Amino acid sequence: MKLLSYFRGEAFQRGVHPPSCKLTADTRIRRLPFPPKVVVPLSQHIGKVPRAIVRVGQEVVRGEPIARADDWLSVPHHAPVTGVVEFIGLRPGVRGPWVESIVIRAHPGATQQDLWGQPRDLTDASGSDILQAIWDTGMVGLGGAAFPTHAKLTVPKQAKVHTLVVNGCECEPYLTCDHRVMVEQADDLIVGIRYAMRTTGAVRAIVGIEDNKPDALVAIQAAIGRAGSVPEGEIHAELVPTKYPQGSEKMLIMALFGVEIPAGGLPVSLGMVVNNVGTLAALGKLLPAGRGLTERVVTITGPGVAKPGDYIVPLGTPLRFVLDYAGAPGADARQVILGGPMMGQAAASLDVPITKGMSGVLVMLGTDLAQREQIKTYPCIKCAECVESCPMGLNPSQLGMLAAKREYDLMGSHYHLGECFECGCCTYVCPSNIPLVQQFRVAKQILREKAIAK
Amino acid sequence: MTIEIRSAPHIKGARTVDQIMRHVVWSLVPICTFYVYQYGLSALASLVVVTASCLASERFFVRQGGQSGDIGDFSAVITGLLLALSIPPGFPLWMGAVAGFMAIALGKALFGGIGFNVFNPALIGRAFVQAAFPQAIATYTPSFLPGRFTELIPSSMAIPLMRPEPVVEWLKAKQFDVLAGATPLAKWKFDGVLANADELLTSLSGHMAVGPSPALILLCGAYLALRRYMDWRIPTAILGSAGLTAWLLFALSPDRFPNPFFMLFSGGLILGAVYMATDMATSPVTPKGMWVYGALIGLLTVIIRYYSGLPEGVMYAILLGNAATPLIEKITQPTPFGRSALATLGRARKGASYPLHPGYISREDAGAVTPKKRFLPNKPKAQERDKSS
Repeated sequence: MKLLSYFRGEAFQRGVHPPSCKLTADTRIRRLPFPPKVVVPLSQHIGKVPRAIVRVGQEVVRGEPIARADDWLSVPHHAPVTGVVEFIGLRPGVRGPWVESIVIRAHPGATQQDLWGQPRDLTDASGSDILQAIWDTGMVGLGGAAFPTHAKLTVPKQAKVHTLVVNGCECEPYLTCDHRVMVEQADDLIVGIRYAMRTTGAVRAIVGIEDNKPDALVAIQAAIGRAGSVPEGEIHAELVPTKYPQGSEKMLIMALFGVEIPAGGLPVSLGMVVNNVGTLAALGKLLPAGRGLTERVVTITGPGVAKPGDYIVPLGTPLRFVLDYAGAPGADARQVILGGPMMGQAAASLDVPITKGMSGVLVMLGTDLAQREQIKTYPCIKCAECVESCPMGLNPSQLGMLAAKREYDLMGSHYHLGECFECGCCTYVCPSNIPLVQQFRVAKQILREKAIAK
Repeated sequence: MTIEIRSAPHIKGARTVDQIMRHVVWSLVPICTFYVYQYGLSALASLVVVTASCLASERFFVRQGGQSGDIGDFSAVITGLLLALSIPPGFPLWMGAVAGFMAIALGKALFGGIGFNVFNPALIGRAFVQAAFPQAIATYTPSFLPGRFTELIPSSMAIPLMRPEPVVEWLKAKQFDVLAGATPLAKWKFDGVLANADELLTSLSGHMAVGPSPALILLCGAYLALRRYMDWRIPTAILGSAGLTAWLLFALSPDRFPNPFFMLFSGGLILGAVYMATDMATSPVTPKGMWVYGALIGLLTVIIRYYSGLPEGVMYAILLGNAATPLIEKITQPTPFGRSALATLGRARKGASYPLHPGYISREDAGAVTPKKRFLPNKPKAQERDKSS
């Protein structure tokens, strides 16, 4: 245990404190105009790919379903703009390969109002009705993992859930979309929490917020006060220590309840369901209005952006349009990261669209990268920094040396490689500048392929 | 606009190898200054020659291509300074240069350079000269001699490959007897004379033949530990285990063994515990392993000092500890999150913000409905079960 962490009273051992760089924490959420064209990839989430139900040339209204989910672990998509379906086929995808997408040309004069939704009263609806409604919104986890929300809120038959944990940590540097949502949409968040409690049968909801966002706590507590006593149970908001990766559900549960989720287990084994604040706030807005998910809040920030801020972006807006609007200086920007700087993915092209799981767009300048490139790489000097920072309590130093020798099986069988969730703490702290987590990703992929081959 | 693809994390902590090594060198500066203040010109010459020899050897092996790292990473400077601090101030300079070369050649380059060395290079260099020049390395001179800033100890300038000039005559001329040059440990071991712990702690009183003040070394070590350039567990474990062992033996027979404070503050134990044993590449990376490693070194030091023919045992204790490091690491791998006893029992840490279960679900009730997936990997198959029954 790090001595200082102990004195600071931090809840989980290890982890790192990267500079927070939350440039946009005090800027209000703004709305982006419609792009001339949107590209909706059919696969934006974990699970099966939904089926397109529109034809080329068909006119769609904002909010109209354009793809239907046939499989349980899949969600429908809704038209983000009013316009004409121009093309259905392969388009550049976020992960690199081109993916099946629906391209819609927006009507220049269309309003941003959602025309499709049918407001309904869900006050007396049963849990399964709400679950169906959640499925119909096409909601996935907006924190970044993009796991279908209805599947996450489904409690297995023999299990019972008593606590809904709402994740408002946002531990990644730079990102502020959850923070702004908590401050500005606290009432929607409470409504969303109540729906989630009704579906899961939880009698207690706890919003965990990192203590660098005290204004979010104030806003949520005010909203809890306005909601009064709700029939679903009690709702609390709680500050947790600021530390990366506090936003991992295991770490958050450790901070709030002081228990470790047993390895390989899910929070539901402790009677808990974890959801992101952005997801629940969006549900709180969409469910009563009977609408689908057509836009999300994205943090557009980084040293390479002239007007950093949190923007409401229609899904499918090409990155190029977003960055033009936010004023990214063209020549010197050299890296565009989708998500946060610790776990985000570098975009391969500016033609990729904003998808449901994208919480931030971070633009890095060439000068920042040049600085990183100057750091020399040494062999591992066994300084134990990585061992002291791995939140999962692994030994990245040993794993790194094994990975260099391609001893992938040994890594998996004896050194618990499977527990690694690729938070990047080890690479962040490594004074020898060894790409540890990158090697682990390769190792995990190879082990996965081996397991499939068997 | 061209964009680059890299994989996460896209930001990097500020700490680099150079920075760690530079901080260790800075923290050694006060200690070296004190050493020069104690022994004057000879000490300065020894520090300079040994460090220069280490740097030159490092440069040679890096250029030659057999070794990783480069001369700019300051690790050879640390090796040189520590080696110079661990040999007598009047050690012939040419032998010091040999020690520096051996430290880098045998201790570091042979294994592949920075990060790959198994043993602390400075101690390898010292072990070599201890074997090669046993008389010179046992010849200490008193500290705070008059005129130490104007003249060298005569043995320093010995001609290479020649027997160094004995310092006894020189000391006699300064009205010091032969015993004045013995270290407190040697005095205790061979003559049964015990120095006071408080005198040892500051190294300032009289003309004791000791290294820089242990108090100063502890202070510099505390700086490194606070800035987290050094792990606090290793020195704590070494001093704790050495102190405890010495105290146990002292309690058993107080007239045969010295008190534990003498044990801790005499000889090179403090320097070894704070600077040599904490060498990152040769100490375990696992927190539990660091405690085991430190405890092993402390125990071995006391045993060697008490029961062997040598007055000092820190060097061999640390080298043995280095050799045991891979083994220690193997048995002290950290417990992953969610696999500790705490997790498997489902107990909550004290002082958590919320109870695990909301108040009005009884523990039994909650426990009864919480599903537990049980995988029995060695569950006997139906036929085998039938056979056995």
